[in-house]
Amino acid sequence: MRCIKGIFLLCGMWLSLSAVAQEEMTFRTELNKTRYQSLVEELRCPKCQNQNLADSGSGIAVDLREQVYQMIEQGKTDQEIVDYMVARYGEFVLYRPQHSTATFLLWYGPFILLGIGLLAFIFVVMTNRKRQGRAL
Amino acid sequence: MRKLLFFIPLAVFLILGVVLYLQLGKDTQYMPSVLVGKKVPAFTLVSLQDDQVYTHQDLPTAPYLINFWGTWCPACHVEHPFLMALADSGVTIIGIDYKDKKDLAEQWLEQKGNPYQIVLMDEMGRFGMDMGVTGAPETFVVDGSGVVVYRHQGVVNAENWPDIKGYMK
Amino acid sequence: MFPEIGQFSLILSLFFALSLAFLPLIGYRKGNRFLLQSAQPLTFIMSALVLVSFVILSASFLMDDFSVLYVSQNSNSQLPVWYKFSALWGGHEGSLLLWVLVLSGWCSAVAIKVRTLPEDVGPVVLSVLGMICVGFLSFLLFTSSPFARLLPDVPADGGDLNPLLQDFGLIVHPPVLYMGYVGFSVAFAFAVAALITGNLNASWARWVRPWTAAAWAFLTLGITLGSWWAYYELGWGGWWFWDPVENASFMPWLAGTALLHSLAVTEKRGVFKSWTVLLAIFTFSLSLLGAFLVRSGVLTSVHSFAADPTRGMFILALLVVFVGGSLLLYAIRAAEVRSSVSFGATGREAWLLLNNILLTVLTLTVLLGTLYPLIFDALGLGKISVGAPYFNSVFTPIALLLIVFMAVGPLSKWHHTPFNVIFKVCSVAAVVAVLSAGLVVYCYEFGFTVWLSLAVAFWGVCLSFTDWFGKVSAGAKGIIPRARQLPRNYYGMLLAHLGMVVTLVGIVLVSVNSQESMLRLSPGDRARVAGYEFHFDQMEQVKGPNYVASKGQFTAYYANKVVAVLHPEKRFFTTRQQVMTEAALDAGFTRDLYVSLGERLDDSAWGVRIYVKSFVRWIWLGGLMMMAGGLLAALDKRYRKRTRG
Repeated sequence: MRCIKGIFLLCGMWLSLSAVAQEEMTFRTELNKTRYQSLVEELRCPKCQNQNLADSGSGIAVDLREQVYQMIEQGKTDQEIVDYMVARYGEFVLYRPQHSTATFLLWYGPFILLGIGLLAFIFVVMTNRKRQGRAL
Repeated sequence: MRKLLFFIPLAVFLILGVVLYLQLGKDTQYMPSVLVGKKVPAFTLVSLQDDQVYTHQDLPTAPYLINFWGTWCPACHVEHPFLMALADSGVTIIGIDYKDKKDLAEQWLEQKGNPYQIVLMDEMGRFGMDMGVTGAPETFVVDGSGVVVYRHQGVVNAENWPDIKGYMK
Repeated sequence: MFPEIGQFSLILSLFFALSLAFLPLIGYRKGNRFLLQSAQPLTFIMSALVLVSFVILSASFLMDDFSVLYVSQNSNSQLPVWYKFSALWGGHEGSLLLWVLVLSGWCSAVAIKVRTLPEDVGPVVLSVLGMICVGFLSFLLFTSSPFARLLPDVPADGGDLNPLLQDFGLIVHPPVLYMGYVGFSVAFAFAVAALITGNLNASWARWVRPWTAAAWAFLTLGITLGSWWAYYELGWGGWWFWDPVENASFMPWLAGTALLHSLAVTEKRGVFKSWTVLLAIFTFSLSLLGAFLVRSGVLTSVHSFAADPTRGMFILALLVVFVGGSLLLYAIRAAEVRSSVSFGATGREAWLLLNNILLTVLTLTVLLGTLYPLIFDALGLGKISVGAPYFNSVFTPIALLLIVFMAVGPLSKWHHTPFNVIFKVCSVAAVVAVLSAGLVVYCYEFGFTVWLSLAVAFWGVCLSFTDWFGKVSAGAKGIIPRARQLPRNYYGMLLAHLGMVVTLVGIVLVSVNSQESMLRLSPGDRARVAGYEFHFDQMEQVKGPNYVASKGQFTAYYANKVVAVLHPEKRFFTTRQQVMTEAALDAGFTRDLYVSLGERLDDSAWGVRIYVKSFVRWIWLGGLMMMAGGLLAALDKRYRKRTRG
């Protein structure tokens, strides 16, 4: 099932930029490095099939990584960086969708289901106990 | 009552089926721009031809196109003749030479002709990022009041131009 | 000439599938023994015909018959011979033929065993399988025939197989994965047959169990192989991306796991019957949904087939017919099913019910996360992405809860377990687990979540061994004879549960204790990553059968001793003009060294990614243990009982 379309080709063709970013980034603090790594993993490359900024080799991903790096080093907060990206590329770039009424079911649906499931569990066990009582 | 419970899975499945049906055939690559309905972001860019500094206040006041291109981009070669035809028919196009080299761009326009009213250089891609550009070519339709009304990713051609033209009001 | 025979043989097999879908059912209605008994030979003939066309297509690939469109698109004369064979399932049409072949294989397996079933049940099961075959054979024939020809303009050479697929992974992963996916059709067919005949009892569950266990084992192995393949092939060291296509295989696995457990209760105690049937339908539906998501182009994924809405339409139609039809049948017939057995709140039934509820919630969570962007878009709310961060924060806590209960379940007894027995064992295990996990976390300075997860893992190990020890030490005989006496089924369960724990440990440690560096290196440079020193020795140009490559040589040192020499490559495939990264890795029990070449930065310098991944092998080791557990359970002696007179 894992037929992989030429993602590299696709991303590469779209933006076969000549400029190659310096991958080795030096951060002012260790915290900044950690923040950078988690941000580029949670942001989606807007032009690729389904890859985050960290994994993608496409030109736009390289640019956006650089942008994240710059903003972190300028002392911007994570929220400011996320807002910056959303203002330009839309909510699509967030692998962690923002909490809103439209995503309420996404975020809380599983826990609501869990609640319903546990209630059903209690219900089934209780009715069984009653039946057992009658049988005795 | 108990009988109805057994219909729940079927009902859920049918709703899901409708959603899947609606999504069939949609272009999953299509990405609506966040900028639609907003003013063109502020910029200060240098023009390719005369080294003048332009800002967003120098943009036209009638509907026009902003076209991102670059000499490194194969699809831009394909698109170029059509842009020439558009310019000939009186469409105003602002070109953004995106992440490119000045001499290559000058050479390109000299050889292939220049469909653009102004060509601004975005060497670092900063303006491109502000416009949410992910590659080239990309074309934006801007209305008379300076608000972005449409974004098209990929080559503009005779096939999709009628759609794009519809936004130029 | 041969491809036409292949096509013709597929058409014939469609006719036999149609007969299989109807004749035995008519026989069942009319009580006609002859029609009922036709099911077995019809199945064999249908399967043989599918096999014939599969062999013909393989031959077309091996003989470089580029007059066949599909061969010309997916193969090339320069391609190494083993990839020529596996290129058969490198694209949509061929992989669908593989799907049909696997399906007919399962049908034949059921047909061989049909005599172990009552005379009026086996043929109905085969009939339902026949209907599924009709669906997939017509999908293959009407929308995606692999035998279409390019005549008279036969291309001189083929377009080549996608370089990403020119790998050992392609040879093994799809067939095994399909064995799992498609295998759940058997459970589905049994469920529908039970709804049709009304024959739904404990022996029904005993017939389905080994089939489900076998399919589950294959799916487990298939997912494990896929994860391992993506890890070394995609070049960025990830092993699971929560990509829609991966989720498409994960959902049937979760539902199938629930089915496996619920079948145990139905077999032993005769309860949860209608729930078990629903789960069988649900599992199969998720397999079909997976096929839809992967082949219809409604989702973007790192690994999807070329999108085509007509194919999507066809699978959607199949979904509506099979899933809609069976759910309708379920809605009408299941209300009649009632179970009279009762159980207590501490009985094993209750634990397994809890297991089923949690697994169902987990399945629905993955389903929700996978489909939410689609629903969002369909409602015109815009485009969103649901990725790893979402699943990590929603799926993981519920999954941990499941593993906590997983360990307790086996200790319980059917009907009723004395509460103080469980309580005593569990409290000891809890203390041991929390303290030992705490010790690890303290020594290595991990965080709270690691502590929690490791405690769950240790808890699982403690309780599994306690359970085993309790079983072998009771009674008069010695430990070893008693250990031998325990059924395979039990060891299968034990192995699968321990496998789950091993995978959990792997996941936790690889995510918190791995180091990665993206560096700019030239030959002669050295880099330090996680205590290892990597020396970039040299770069050379090499030539492969159908590519040229820049091949680097890295020597890894630990404490000034050479531990590994690694050769990552950047390959350029000449036919497709495509560049591929071939990562190099040194696998180890507690850590992997992983080097992958990025872009060439200037004349000598390269962007190089170096990872040291701890315990990553454990993820797949656990998967293998689970698979072995599933097979053991499928091969339990109980299921290989006498054939009918």
